[in-house]
Amino acid sequence: MTAVELGMPTVAADPHGHLRGTESFPKAAHHALADTQLRRNLGHATRTIRAKRAAVVSEVDDWEELRRAGETIKADTLARLPELLVQLEEQVTARGGQVHWARDAEEANRIVVDLVRGTGADEVVKVKSMATQETGLNEALEAAGVAAFETDLAELIVQLSHDRPSHFLVPAIHRNRAEIREIFLREMPDVDPALTDEPRRLAMAARAHLRRKFLTAKVGISGVNFAVAETGTLSVVESEGNGRMCLTLPETLISVMGVEKVVPTWQDLEVFLQLLPRSSTGERMNPYTSTWTGVTPGDGPQTFHLVLLDNGRSNVLASPDGRQALHCIRCSACLNVCPVYERTGGHAYGSIYPGPIGAVLSPQLTGISGTDDVNASLPYASSLCGACFDACPVRIDIPHLLVQQRAAAVAAHTRPTGQDLTMQAMAIAMTTPGRFKLAEKALGLGRVLAGKKGRITGLPWPMSGWTNARDLPAPPAETFRQWWERTHR
Amino acid sequence: MNAREEVLARLRSASVAGNPATPVVVTREYATTGQLAPGSAEVLARLDETLTDYKATVTRVATTDDVPGAVAAFLGGARTVVVPSGLPEAWLAAYDGEVRRDGPPLSVDELDAVDAVVTGAAVAIADTGTFVLASAASDQGRRAITLVPDHHVCVIRAADVVCSVPEAVTRLDPSAPLTFVSGPSATSDIELDRVEGVHGPRRLDVVLVGP
Ligand code: SF4
Repeated sequence: MTAVELGMPTVAADPHGHLRGTESFPKAAHHALADTQLRRNLGHATRTIRAKRAAVVSEVDDWEELRRAGETIKADTLARLPELLVQLEEQVTARGGQVHWARDAEEANRIVVDLVRGTGADEVVKVKSMATQETGLNEALEAAGVAAFETDLAELIVQLSHDRPSHFLVPAIHRNRAEIREIFLREMPDVDPALTDEPRRLAMAARAHLRRKFLTAKVGISGVNFAVAETGTLSVVESEGNGRMCLTLPETLISVMGVEKVVPTWQDLEVFLQLLPRSSTGERMNPYTSTWTGVTPGDGPQTFHLVLLDNGRSNVLASPDGRQALHCIRCSACLNVCPVYERTGGHAYGSIYPGPIGAVLSPQLTGISGTDDVNASLPYASSLCGACFDACPVRIDIPHLLVQQRAAAVAAHTRPTGQDLTMQAMAIAMTTPGRFKLAEKALGLGRVLAGKKGRITGLPWPMSGWTNARDLPAPPAETFRQWWERTHR
Repeated sequence: MNAREEVLARLRSASVAGNPATPVVVTREYATTGQLAPGSAEVLARLDETLTDYKATVTRVATTDDVPGAVAAFLGGARTVVVPSGLPEAWLAAYDGEVRRDGPPLSVDELDAVDAVVTGAAVAIADTGTFVLASAASDQGRRAITLVPDHHVCVIRAADVVCSVPEAVTRLDPSAPLTFVSGPSATSDIELDRVEGVHGPRRLDVVLVGP
């Protein structure tokens, strides 16, 4: 079965890559809400991870101080981004690496395809990278006759089932163990037909499937979690060891990173290596974190390329508030606590960046071309309950950004609706201090819309398509957050 | 304009438009030292606990004299082991299988054929159950030797055990590759629950030397 038969885009026509879906959020959410299996899988997975995260975060006495450090390091980085990138480039180059710059997704793909062609390889192993998902690199490689093997378990599940990722950390979060077993039995040529759906057996099947590929690969392609400007050191945070395989065994390594992934100093990692694992997989530390600096004789790839990707990030940087979205370390905590994400899943957001952060990042990266732009509906994909801000390890004020983005979407309208006007008023109110008190006013608004029955049965554009499919429980009188606490933890 | 100049020019003008009026002050009010003293009996006890919690098997020994016995016990059925070129020879004195030193470097297929690897560690973090392998250290070696074999035995000395992540980061030199290891290879990709054993070593044993 090809991707075309499944109605999915093969090559990203947009120079931005996979930052836009084909349907608005309400329409896409409508389909997702009708899928009870999907909702059950998501409910189970996000409940599991919420409990784990809460347990390991409560072990850390200085969690709030770490969050503030994470927030201010990122803000400082963005305020000095051009100089830090030049420093990173100097350091990587001095240590034997080569640095490339890409204005957009298309250019990044062209650079990587040319580099791979230059090695003569016709296949590459890849470790999960949001940046190359964003650019649609796999499709570009395929078009150039290069087979790209995703090696992260969840990414492999997505690739084998010709599906799309729906979560940062676990792109196959929408699949349960029984479905994964089916996919493996159908798509892995040498799989043991007696494979059960026991997670350990499934992991073993992935190991057997990829082992030869790792041991013989000539080219590895990775993303980057943090790049240290001061030393030129790059890092990849992972669990399975597939990252280590891709970073260590091939002769050539190509790493692709969004320009915002740079941090000023090595010391800064002491903050992020505490914040990221506890927020993402709910572990004290993920099994493996690799760091490397340029090329090390006798250890690992002897040719190293770093591709620095803009692809709309400079647009986001120009917005004094909106740039906060670039602080994101892709932990996915905001997805896991979001009541909207839990019901709709990641595909409904269209862009490869789903959930609360995706809802504020994607429209800023692509810009909004008008009211019919599917990304214009994304900032409405939220109940403004504030759970995402509380969970965010770098304190991105997502509710505030959502309201701002709504105001921006409203500004693009010719004919304002009642919802628009309320949102505009709220946007103004929420730019002043006392944000959460004001967020509670938004809950009052929810109650007005809900009417006497206490169910929100319809919302004006653009949420109408969504609420028609599924009654939303109205926020109770206290606060939405307390309601969320009671029903979700 | 080439891509580099254009991206930098865009970012510079975005900085003008979006930068805050006053410079950002980075606040570092988090703890940079841990609750337990480096190398203390307490910090070793916590490391034992956190390593075990993430499915590593730990043997505690009092002095380096006891290392060979503990290493040999872990290596049980292993017919061949690979060791970095500078690993103390004494550590394998009680092991009766074949020892292959990684110098000159073994090929990937040779590494795939050995049963286990024995190394030291640069530093260990008790709060998180982590040890760090530094490729520049002669008793830890290049990264491939601790990756391809399916069984890793790591010897950690009390002097290298710290309590918190910041204490470890301060001790490390990032100019050569580092690998932070916390438990055997694992995945959370199936229903977000952790299961051990994917592409990295599936068995992880630690000999912890000290009080
Ligand atoms: S916005 Fe914050 S919580 Fe969400 S993925 Fe990014 S860092 Fe994590």
